[in-house]
Amino acid sequence: MGVSYNDFVIRFANVNGSGSASANGMFAKALFRMGIPVATRNIFPSNIQGLPTWYEVRVNERGYLGRRDGVDIMVAMNAETLVEDVASIKPGGYLLYDNSKPLAKILRRDDIIEIGMPISTMLLPEFVDAKQRSLFKNITYLGALSALLNIDFEVITGMVATQYKGKDALIAPNIHALELGRKYAYEYMVAPLPIQVKRSDKVGHRIMVDGNTAAGLGCVYGGATVCAWYPITPSTSVAEAFELHANRLRIESGTEERKFAIIQAEDELAAIGVVIGAAWNGARSFTATSGPGLSLMSEFLGLAYFAEIPAVLWDIQRAGPSTGMPTRTQQSDVMAAAYASHGDTKHPLLFPATAKECFDFAALALDLADRLQTPIIVLSDLELGMNDNLSEPFEWDDNRKYDRGKVLNAQDLDNTEVFGRYLDVDGDGIGYRTYPGTHPEKGAFFTRGTSRDEFAAYTESPEAYEHNMQRLLRKWHTASTLVPAAEISQQDNSQQGNKVGILYFGTTALPMPEALDLLVEEGIQLDTCRLRSFPFGEEVRTFMESHELVFVVEQNRDGQMRKLLINEGEYNPQDLISITYYAGLSISAEFIKGEVLEYYQANKKLPRLTQVQS
Amino acid sequence: MTFVAKPKAHHPRLPLNEIGLTRRDYEGSVSTLCAGCGHDSVSAAIVQACAELSIPPHRFAKVSGIGCSSKTPSYFLNKSHGFNSVHGRMPSVITGANLANRDLHCIGVSGDGDSASIGMGQFAHIVRRRINMLYIVDNNGTYGLTKGQFSATSDKGSTSKKGAPNLYEPIDLASMALQIGASFVARSFSGDKSQLVPLLKAALHHKGMAFIDVVSPCVAFNNHDGSTKSYEYIRKYGQNVVNADFIAEHEEITADYQPGTVEDINMPDGTILRMYKLDENYDPHDRVGALNYVQRRKEQGEIVTGLLYVDPDAIDCHDILRTVAQPLNEMGELELCPGNSALASINESYR
Repeated sequence: MGVSYNDFVIRFANVNGSGSASANGMFAKALFRMGIPVATRNIFPSNIQGLPTWYEVRVNERGYLGRRDGVDIMVAMNAETLVEDVASIKPGGYLLYDNSKPLAKILRRDDIIEIGMPISTMLLPEFVDAKQRSLFKNITYLGALSALLNIDFEVITGMVATQYKGKDALIAPNIHALELGRKYAYEYMVAPLPIQVKRSDKVGHRIMVDGNTAAGLGCVYGGATVCAWYPITPSTSVAEAFELHANRLRIESGTEERKFAIIQAEDELAAIGVVIGAAWNGARSFTATSGPGLSLMSEFLGLAYFAEIPAVLWDIQRAGPSTGMPTRTQQSDVMAAAYASHGDTKHPLLFPATAKECFDFAALALDLADRLQTPIIVLSDLELGMNDNLSEPFEWDDNRKYDRGKVLNAQDLDNTEVFGRYLDVDGDGIGYRTYPGTHPEKGAFFTRGTSRDEFAAYTESPEAYEHNMQRLLRKWHTASTLVPAAEISQQDNSQQGNKVGILYFGTTALPMPEALDLLVEEGIQLDTCRLRSFPFGEEVRTFMESHELVFVVEQNRDGQMRKLLINEGEYNPQDLISITYYAGLSISAEFIKGEVLEYYQANKKLPRLTQVQS
Repeated sequence: MTFVAKPKAHHPRLPLNEIGLTRRDYEGSVSTLCAGCGHDSVSAAIVQACAELSIPPHRFAKVSGIGCSSKTPSYFLNKSHGFNSVHGRMPSVITGANLANRDLHCIGVSGDGDSASIGMGQFAHIVRRRINMLYIVDNNGTYGLTKGQFSATSDKGSTSKKGAPNLYEPIDLASMALQIGASFVARSFSGDKSQLVPLLKAALHHKGMAFIDVVSPCVAFNNHDGSTKSYEYIRKYGQNVVNADFIAEHEEITADYQPGTVEDINMPDGTILRMYKLDENYDPHDRVGALNYVQRRKEQGEIVTGLLYVDPDAIDCHDILRTVAQPLNEMGELELCPGNSALASINESYR
């Protein structure tokens, strides 16, 4: 049997709260440091302690980062889930388990390879304290894996040293536990296995980080000074990351005072209210939430849309509706975010796909909110927000200036003949604003959610109302020219041009390179369009109109993005084929391939690459 | 509603304040509330208080929720920005405004529906956070704009205009404010300008959360026999405990209160808060005692007014958060952006 390198899925089945996260994280980090592309996924319950939790690492030399079904190596450390864990192993795969107690006969499979290690028994004489013993179980299987998969041991021991820097007493027992596992594997198992890792250069200069951390850091760089939030999975770590980085990067030297303010609000309504109040008073501000919070914030979003106040809202989507599956991923708030609130409202949306894009969009969203004087909603999700994944490193152009939009200072006001808060002076639908307290005599206005004239005076005049609503549409058009354009790639190797495209956004981009490669093997080559924002720009219309058929791939039941495209672009619904996955794990390349293939099989006239057709 | 527009010219001998402005410079638009509405008296008192304090009229931020009370920020301080937000949410909006610029004087105006019902949560939490502001509730015990439903501050047993009794327990916002951390709590009556204006001045000078519950009768729906928020009822059962007077450092003391116990509090900013205690047993520095006193009097059908509690050395939310002295909204890339060089070590920490 040949050895395969850097291509497998390993899954760790643990009990929530048992300290496994740190050991599992070290496993992934070790491979990453060996230059091997890895994608990690936490599959965890809505629970603090006791329920099952899984950690999955996809290791792939070609850099495919999407989730792949089927487990090659199962590290089964949770008796409660043993049945399903054993069942999820691919034929020919491996089961690493604690054989201090023998495996029940019913769990035996003759198409997998069992690797038993009596971890509990081994650790009994080594560590007196029961809690320590339980924690070191995780480190011990990590040691065994280092032997089984041929991981550079120095990389792991180096990480232990870094992790426990300052708590040196913990280093020795950790290394000891690692060595126990490693030694056992060499002595009693066939190590290394035919599935192995080896050093690679495929990671390049990339970093490994989660999207929420990147978002929080991006808000620091983008100049946010007020953050108001209410705890909700999976968004909480956005605010926490902002605080963590701001506590290092935004402290005034000398006074040690903070150049930021964070309010953990009483609910999501208050969180968005604080953001709107701060932005009205000229501070860059943001909130982070998830679906239920977005629902609660809807009234305020309508106010900010109509009263024209900047605001930035991060929605880290999870599986709805209602409480749904709060620790599972989905892209199901597209419609709710696009049209949040009553009356005729719509909001610009941004769809980041990588941690780097979370960082970039965090600063961009603050610029766009100020420029467009309206809420900007960034739609991330649990898959991107809470999992460590490969990303381009963060970069900042030191010549970049914050775009604070159209704001008049006292001097500007002195030079302005007529100030009307809602006058469309420039024809782009955006008026000029002033911050409270700017000028003793000029520029004060009353902000309200009721209709008003161009000088911000209350009115119920039908003409003034319509005039204002039409101006807001002009502003919407301006928005479509400012939001980030879709990334489009068109193949030009077919004489007539490619007639079929595939459109996706956010984390649906993760498995796409692999899905496209798999489809080419089937003779299907698709042009691609990765949406990065709403309202859709002209490039999206060109893409849609230059293809007879477009697959729209997304992670919700109802094909919300497809509907948004049809609604806003007035495309023929028959030309947009919906591919949806919404079971709460992230969408896989195999799934996308299967759905496209099925459509092609049912519609034989669709063109395929000639070499496969013959 | 008054239909006559205010004349622009004013009497040449209208007194000037320390910064050379008259009361007219602190006024707002013409009120659209009912003639005789208590809220208009509160607005007038705010105009007088702000003018007497000689604060430049554009250095305020006025925020309100929804309802009759929340319309009133249009009717005072025309030179400052105002924000009529959404129902019950003034506290969160003004929290943001205060965080963005700590130098502006924040005035939040709310009503009993706005603060004691839909906005109860936000009311409680802004008090906890000790935002540096003046929080006024124009408390009329009824929903005026929707035509006379009971509000949560209506006393049990008080009747609607049509005679139906209120069946539910009332919420006392002043007692709640005392309980959850307000450092300045007062109750007043829209019809008693001589009590209200000094309280407003002291509250505007107070650092931290200053809460004033102003009983402000609704002439359209809650000013009849059977109402406990009518002009007549308050005049009859209002019990003044501590009158306050705000005295600038150099000002001559001219208050003409009935003699009682006088206590001067030297405020951290050099001004004096002079208190005239009408009940010698009342201690306005005793938070728990104040709570007790208000509740006991309430049981006897009396409404305690005046300065109920003050902590002159209170801290505010910016102290708690340890924010910089410079307003956050004045900062740009230079102060806020760590720059590309800082990213090198950050990127390294994710490798």
